[in-house]
Amino acid sequence: MERIPILKIGSYLLVSIQVDMHDRLAMTLQDDLTEQIVRVRAKGVLIDISSLEIVDSFIGRTLGNIAAMSRVLDAQTVLVGMQPAVAITLVELGMSLPGVRTALNVDQGLALLQTAIDQGDDGAGDGH
Amino acid sequence: MPATATESLPIASADDVVVVRQRVRELAIMLGFRLVDQTKLVTAASELARNTLQHGHGGGVQIVPLLNGSKKGLRLVFEDHGPGIPDIALALTDGYTTGGGLGLGLGGSKRLCNEFSVESEPGRGTRVMIARWA
Repeated sequence: MERIPILKIGSYLLVSIQVDMHDRLAMTLQDDLTEQIVRVRAKGVLIDISSLEIVDSFIGRTLGNIAAMSRVLDAQTVLVGMQPAVAITLVELGMSLPGVRTALNVDQGLALLQTAIDQGDDGAGDGH
Repeated sequence: MPATATESLPIASADDVVVVRQRVRELAIMLGFRLVDQTKLVTAASELARNTLQHGHGGGVQIVPLLNGSKKGLRLVFEDHGPGIPDIALALTDGYTTGGGLGLGLGGSKRLCNEFSVESEPGRGTRVMIARWA
């Protein structure tokens, strides 16, 4: 079955979505990530979406679910690399990804993860 | 293929939704859409193709390149023979969902396009037309 690879680096999991995801693939990623968080006791998840040309409501919801599920499993999630056109479209569509931490690139995302973990932040910065 | 003729694509599986997205992107690029406009149209196409699949139990899309003087655009007509939408105004309300999603598909697609219309007959099916100019 087709899968998006999940890399483990220290106590982080790194995912780079490089394909145009159909819905099942997004669901598989959600399942695989939650399983891996528990299995390797990950403290952080970094998802690079710089290659994603669209984020529609289904993909957006899946990314939000991943962030919420990882939070429940005591891991922080940061979404990095969203293209400007994707951000504009997503907000116009009606989604602003509440409760999902974002950074512009992988470097900043890793720094944000480290800070969040050091501070024991629950990742729900906007009150969600 | 040049972007002049009307094309029809089936929507019968999750993979078909991806094919629709990719073909709409290709045609939008050929017609000279800017990146943001491409992204909006492709995102709307993705929402509506998923609706056709999930709510309409499958169907198809007609992709029509538009040429109006120097103006270029794309019209997409999604059609299914599913259960139809009993209350279109309600279905267009953000947050209203029957499919367990976020309820942004129909209203969100409308916001992402220049033209939008829905026709539906309960028990007969649904037809959603969108258009966006480059």
